Amino acid sequence: MTQTEIPSSISTAHHGGTERKWWHYFTFNEDHKVIGVQYLVTAFFFYLIGGLMAAVIRTELATPASDFVSPETYNGLLTLHGTIMIFLWVVPAGAGLANYLIPLMIGARDMAFPKLNAMAFWMIPPAGITLALSLLVGEAPQAGWTSYPPLSLMTGKVGEGIWIFSLLVLGTSSILGAINFLVTILKMRVPSMPTNKMPLFCWSMMATALLILIGTPVLAGALILLAFDLLVGTAFFNPMGGGDPIVYQHMFWFYSHPAVYIMVLPLFGAISEILPVHARKPVFGYQAIAYSSLAIAFLGCIVWAHHMFTSGTPAWLRMFFMIATMVIAVPTGIKVFGWLATIWGGKLSLNSAMLFAMGFVAVFVIGGITGVMLASVPFDIHVHDTYFVVAHLHYVLFGGSVFGLYAAIYHWFPKITGRLVNETWGRIHFILTFIGMNLTFMPMHQLGLQGMNRRIALYDPKFTSLNELATIGSYLLAVSTIPFLINAIWSWAKGPKADGNPWNALTLEWQTSSPPAIENFEVLPVLTSGPYDYGLEEEEVGLPTAQAGSATLSSSPGA
Amino acid sequence: MNIPSSILTMLAGIALTLASIWYGQNHGLMPVEASRDAELIDGLFNTMMTIGTAIFLLVEGVLLVCLVKFRRRPGDTSDGPPIEGNISLEIVWTAIPVVIVLVLGVYSFDVYNSMGGFDPEAAQDPSAVQVAMLPGDSEVMPLIEGASHPMGHQHLALGIGASPETAGKPADLTVNVLGLQYAWIFTYPDLGITAGELHVPVNKDVRLLLKAQDVIHAFWLPEFRLKQDVMPGSLQSELRFTPTRAGEYPIICAELCGPYHGAMASKLYVHTPEEYETWLQSQVANRPDQVQTIASTSDPNVNYLAPFSQQLNQQWGIDRALEHLHSQVHSQAQVHSQAQVHSQAQVHAQMDRSMELTADHSNLQQLIAHPAA
Ligand SMILES: [Cu+2]
Ligand SMILES: [Cu+2]
Repeated sequence: MTQTEIPSSISTAHHGGTERKWWHYFTFNEDHKVIGVQYLVTAFFFYLIGGLMAAVIRTELATPASDFVSPETYNGLLTLHGTIMIFLWVVPAGAGLANYLIPLMIGARDMAFPKLNAMAFWMIPPAGITLALSLLVGEAPQAGWTSYPPLSLMTGKVGEGIWIFSLLVLGTSSILGAINFLVTILKMRVPSMPTNKMPLFCWSMMATALLILIGTPVLAGALILLAFDLLVGTAFFNPMGGGDPIVYQHMFWFYSHPAVYIMVLPLFGAISEILPVHARKPVFGYQAIAYSSLAIAFLGCIVWAHHMFTSGTPAWLRMFFMIATMVIAVPTGIKVFGWLATIWGGKLSLNSAMLFAMGFVAVFVIGGITGVMLASVPFDIHVHDTYFVVAHLHYVLFGGSVFGLYAAIYHWFPKITGRLVNETWGRIHFILTFIGMNLTFMPMHQLGLQGMNRRIALYDPKFTSLNELATIGSYLLAVSTIPFLINAIWSWAKGPKADGNPWNALTLEWQTSSPPAIENFEVLPVLTSGPYDYGLEEEEVGLPTAQAGSATLSSSPGA
Repeated sequence: MNIPSSILTMLAGIALTLASIWYGQNHGLMPVEASRDAELIDGLFNTMMTIGTAIFLLVEGVLLVCLVKFRRRPGDTSDGPPIEGNISLEIVWTAIPVVIVLVLGVYSFDVYNSMGGFDPEAAQDPSAVQVAMLPGDSEVMPLIEGASHPMGHQHLALGIGASPETAGKPADLTVNVLGLQYAWIFTYPDLGITAGELHVPVNKDVRLLLKAQDVIHAFWLPEFRLKQDVMPGSLQSELRFTPTRAGEYPIICAELCGPYHGAMASKLYVHTPEEYETWLQSQVANRPDQVQTIASTSDPNVNYLAPFSQQLNQQWGIDRALEHLHSQVHSQAQVHSQAQVHSQAQVHAQMDRSMELTADHSNLQQLIAHPAA
């Protein structure tokens, strides 16, 4: 019972002289697996930097007065925190997963354009390091990650210039990656895999790639015009010269709302992979989950102005974007209910990957509910630009994307490294993260509703106690990464060896050795079942000896 | 203990519904309601909280049941039942969100309409005409012009206008609001008052016309659930509301506008009629005669110059507001001692601005002396 039939002769060929050396990961390597790991490790490095900035921000906010860093530094920190977490952590981490997994999942030997792929990755470190260093030399951009003119034209040319430069480079990298994902998924599948047998991760990456290709060029246009205003003194967006700052907002959000889905769709895909494996049940409603990704991508393109309900937008526009935004709840609901039905009645292995995947559903749903509330114009008028929005976006991006990334890392860790993680430490990591996340962001809902605006270093003392809670929560979150880091590093070096398919999963990436050989598959696999046919077939299929260990698990007569 | 699971499910459903309805009404998360708009929005929010709580409890409940009931027992290596979907179930959980979205959409639309979101007056303001006729107004005093008059070419309804009941009627009180780093300045064009805090009478239809001088700010009244971005340049925005509860309320800038964004705050005082009268008298008593003098000495042009004298009046007011601003920034600096040095710099920046204003002032006087020039 696996998805493939691989001639058993190939299993002996795995351990030839084609092993990866550690230094390959520091070179311009065209292997999608190396690039995937490069993306993931680089992104996690920036996650730690962005997290450190968050800790400083929360320390400042532990007291109502502006007394820990200077107000200018504070604005630099909040700008860089947002920019780094979005453009250097979640987006590239999703791209890293896609790079590693797509060719393996569809039975390809590499991505469609390996050289382009490597180029896309190597644009990230210089852009990211320049951006992060701007803080150390006292020239951080200070206008928030949204960088609205005219404020962004008045807070320091160097910092704003660095911000624009970094984003242009990161955007280009993202576009190159997206072209690669799309072409690979469409053109490189093994002949026996029609689109409706594709793993759901590939569906969601297809939707993600489309969004990147539609949205990012518009962001690039906005950034270039902003750069002209900043450096040459044109007035595209500067009202002092007759420009229109609202046009910038439209162009910015035309990318940056879809960016939310660019950040969360890959993890929707990952969750759709992880839940069936550890619940030992087929995914519930494959077609619905697959097409809902495309529906989300389509709707995600026509809702951008919900970020501008209190801005220069006329009433009819506000109403249109309200309805369009609310409608996204429908395909998102289809996914959430589909996931719940997938695990309902299953045999759940509550390992680290599964806990984070279930935790993802548990916290993401809160962000989804507040998202529908925020879509309602009259209510949004009250809470726009308040801590309610900060709470909402962190439930979506931390509860969604970060929980999803952790679930994915735990799930595919044996595949990537060939070793198993320590599940006890993984569970401790999950519990600390879950408590820390809710302690940090739950009080922010109330803060925003009660009247605390966002992006402020000093606040009304009546908000002190809730802010103290949030600060304690953020420290807990900082601490929670320690067990993860120790576990990941130790397990990578010394963890027990994993075989090719430790979870006894059906998708193709598990039907080769761990870590996979350089060319992924010695002989291209042939599909014999769907990706999630758990409990469906009881008869034994010809298993290669590499999977012998796990085969005993799968062939047992259950159900 | 053999209760059929259908009864258990039904009991759980009833408990979930009751809990959601209770929490939707008793969450206590909103500040006091100081206007009818606030009551409308809170009604909408309570409905969304009820639905949201129900969905939350349903999802978390299912997850918890799975966690406990469906976890793998030691030694069990079998798979779960091979259920790949259920069309009718999928139709149900597609249709329910569709219905919820429709209901919330219609409800939100209705609330937005009742608040005055669709007011056509806000789209095209009749008072724009008088500005357009003045010679060289935009060059002479960009700050005042923007603050006191809507632009003639403005067609966007920015903000919240008259509610359907008050549509077409002039507001009881119109106040011009200017946002600048890091203060709000309130000008009462009909009364010749300028202040750093907003005073309005209770139960009167108040209309704020908002402009920014430097960057985008946002004018937020949490107790009134009202917020509107305030734009520099030619766009003017509007907020119209009727305070129903006397008291003192925060005015907050909600759009990042620079390092001291968090310090950009003021107060809204909703007065009883008597209190408001007292406040008006105290303001008028402080008013210098300068403005009236100019208006009356230029007799032949008195009608022509009326708008100018009105503007001058505001001009004077802004100087006073800047004084207020200085003291405000000073007190902020004392509260946030760390920021003191920077705040001093802010004071100086504001001083510079008031110098510019003085320059404008003399320009204007020249214009009045030689209207043909
Ligand atoms: Cu959005
Ligand atoms: Cu501000």
